[in-house]
Amino acid sequence: MELEQFKYDNKIVKYFIVATVIFGLVGMLVGLTAAIQLFYPVFNFDLQYTTFGRIRPLHTNAIIFAFVGNAMFAGIYYSLQRLLKARLFNDTLSWIHFWGWQLIILAAAITLPLGMTTSKEYAELEWPIDIAIAIIWVVFGINMIGTILKRRERHMYVAIWFYIATFVTVAVLHIVNSFAIPVTFFKSYSWYAGVQDALVQWWYGHNAVAFFLTTPYLGLMYYFLPKAANRPVYSYKLSIIHFWSLIFIYIWAGPHHLLYTSLPDWAQTLGVVFSIMLIAPSWGGMLNGLLTLRGAWDRVREDPVLKFMVVAVTAYGMATFEGPMLSLKNVNAIAHFTDWIVAHVHVGGLGWNGFMIFGMLYWLIPRMWKTKLYSIKLANTHFWLGTLGIIFYALPLYWAGIVQSLMWKEFTAEGFLQYPNFLETVTQIIPMYMLRAVGGFLYLTGAIIMTYNLVKTAKSGMFLAEEDAEAPALEKKKFIGEGWHSVLERKPVVFTGLALVAILIGGAIEMIPTFLIKSNVPTIASVQPYTPLELHGRDIYIREGCSVCHTQMVRPFRSETERYGEYSKAGEFVYDHPFLWGSKRTGPDLHRVGEKYPHSWHFNHMLDPTSMSPGSIMPAYPWLFTQTVDLDLTAGKISALRTIGVPYKKGYEEIANKELENQANEIVKSLSSDKIDINSDAEIVALIAYLQRLGTDIKVSSANN
Amino acid sequence: MFKHYFEGIQNIEVWPIISLTIFFMFFIGLLIWVFKVDKKYINEMENLPLERPETTNDN
Repeated sequence: MELEQFKYDNKIVKYFIVATVIFGLVGMLVGLTAAIQLFYPVFNFDLQYTTFGRIRPLHTNAIIFAFVGNAMFAGIYYSLQRLLKARLFNDTLSWIHFWGWQLIILAAAITLPLGMTTSKEYAELEWPIDIAIAIIWVVFGINMIGTILKRRERHMYVAIWFYIATFVTVAVLHIVNSFAIPVTFFKSYSWYAGVQDALVQWWYGHNAVAFFLTTPYLGLMYYFLPKAANRPVYSYKLSIIHFWSLIFIYIWAGPHHLLYTSLPDWAQTLGVVFSIMLIAPSWGGMLNGLLTLRGAWDRVREDPVLKFMVVAVTAYGMATFEGPMLSLKNVNAIAHFTDWIVAHVHVGGLGWNGFMIFGMLYWLIPRMWKTKLYSIKLANTHFWLGTLGIIFYALPLYWAGIVQSLMWKEFTAEGFLQYPNFLETVTQIIPMYMLRAVGGFLYLTGAIIMTYNLVKTAKSGMFLAEEDAEAPALEKKKFIGEGWHSVLERKPVVFTGLALVAILIGGAIEMIPTFLIKSNVPTIASVQPYTPLELHGRDIYIREGCSVCHTQMVRPFRSETERYGEYSKAGEFVYDHPFLWGSKRTGPDLHRVGEKYPHSWHFNHMLDPTSMSPGSIMPAYPWLFTQTVDLDLTAGKISALRTIGVPYKKGYEEIANKELENQANEIVKSLSSDKIDINSDAEIVALIAYLQRLGTDIKVSSANN
Repeated sequence: MFKHYFEGIQNIEVWPIISLTIFFMFFIGLLIWVFKVDKKYINEMENLPLERPETTNDN
């Protein structure tokens, strides 16, 4: 058999690695800033671009798409070439992929602080960037599948299946969830409303964790862990079962983010059942990873790469046990909306993704630069700082989450809330927020030490951009008597199609009935579309990221109806494009805040939250008092919403600004009776109009009945 | 949007059951295949990342 000569492309891997390290440091620094803002609100700098509501999405996007994303591409492009014995399909596509992805990150870093956001978590970017993401993602897919098609290895190793599933699923998730109607170049409304929007969003949100943070990294685990340990994976058979069961079950579990909300009960239960089932494939994968080291544990003591990977896989095991437990409704009733969830996510993010990336980098760079790691001692220091960082991050937040939740639910003997003032439950846990920032600081310090170590390593070696390789060409031959799955492993396109079917089933079964069956979202006659002024106010609420800290979802618990009022009903959200239920209560729920306080209260509170709530950690919003509402956008907003089903009458956009001014003038008049002077076109007026409307529609009906 | 297409399909309610059955059978088939599969093939596959001549599993 004649050997073919070719070269592996290491340069593209190098570029993705550099981007990983840079954006990793930036993303962690932004995260640390956000963590500090929670106990020193002065670090919001009274500047709209740096408030927590805008910094937090910047942090999550930087970590998920820039840090974890770039590392994923580096790892995939390195391992793919070697597993298939082929150079990447097309160099031009590789570079379009690289620079396109970095441009998307740059666009995110500019638009998010500017307040251009859809408010949907991990899908905050506005529609032009969404389109760019879809295009670049497809470029990545073509490059990967193209490489698979010109391979010199007959069968696809299990890591590649995980890469294929990642590509297919993220494409589907991103496109379905990003459906929106544009109003301007950087403003759009989600195509879905209320409950349906929530279901689509958390189908996306949950599976973004599954198929952006988990499956590609499982693929990387199946390649880099055996490489680092220099022994094959514990059980290849287990990895086959692991793959199919994981991708099939994961896709169903999204509704566990919406337990006790207005989502129909059957969908909640389906989400719970599949979340519990997820333990099996997750732990199958984790054990497969850990047991690969059987007989090699002595090397874990010496090799920093293995140390990082062992902790990564262990963190994966802990997070995937905790996840199903949090999906049980009784546990979720305590944990949801608290810092417990933040801790849970960071065990996965810092532990699984972060440590897997660090391990991979410590392994890759000495090899690609043909040298030895500059300092094993520094790598060990990084390992311990990182591990301590995770512990200092997670434990205080577990504590904070449980303490705060119990305080929310505590009643006195007489049957009143023990802590009727929400703020009391916040000030109680501020020391925990401080400790959490210490954890984040340790973790970041470790990452800085790693950067120094890796740069020194690279400088001591010579980078090999084109690595020589040789392998016999794949000959055409007939196969007799092989199993049907081996056939699949030779047929990447069929394989991709099957993976697609597997992930579509769960999503479709949950979503189609919610969209189709009217009884799933009972309508309420008194619920009306927002007035033009309220609509502008709502868009300010979205822009400032209020939903990052405030929920709009009163769950049907006595502790919540006592504190906030009537629990939230599905029919109240039918005109909410997008839904703004939120996922975390750093401040109180706002769904029933309408008409609870006078206009002047909101006015003073937004100007200086501590004037109304001493000790509040909410940032001040002084710019809302000088910036004005753009009336030119009103008509466009109304007709966009009408297109997607909000029943504004024909021609309403022409009189909308008139109505807007009337409503604004009334608010200004009421404020002036409290000796407050403000222009009627100030943004604060629109925001007050929206806040005063929140959750009041059902009061109209009970007054009339 | 696509709501209208779904509403136009007759007997759409059996689709979930059919798809679940298909997946279930796929999965059972997978398990049977995995237990019966040729040891040599598995050995070859699991050594792929290690880029060394196929050896027998060293433990």
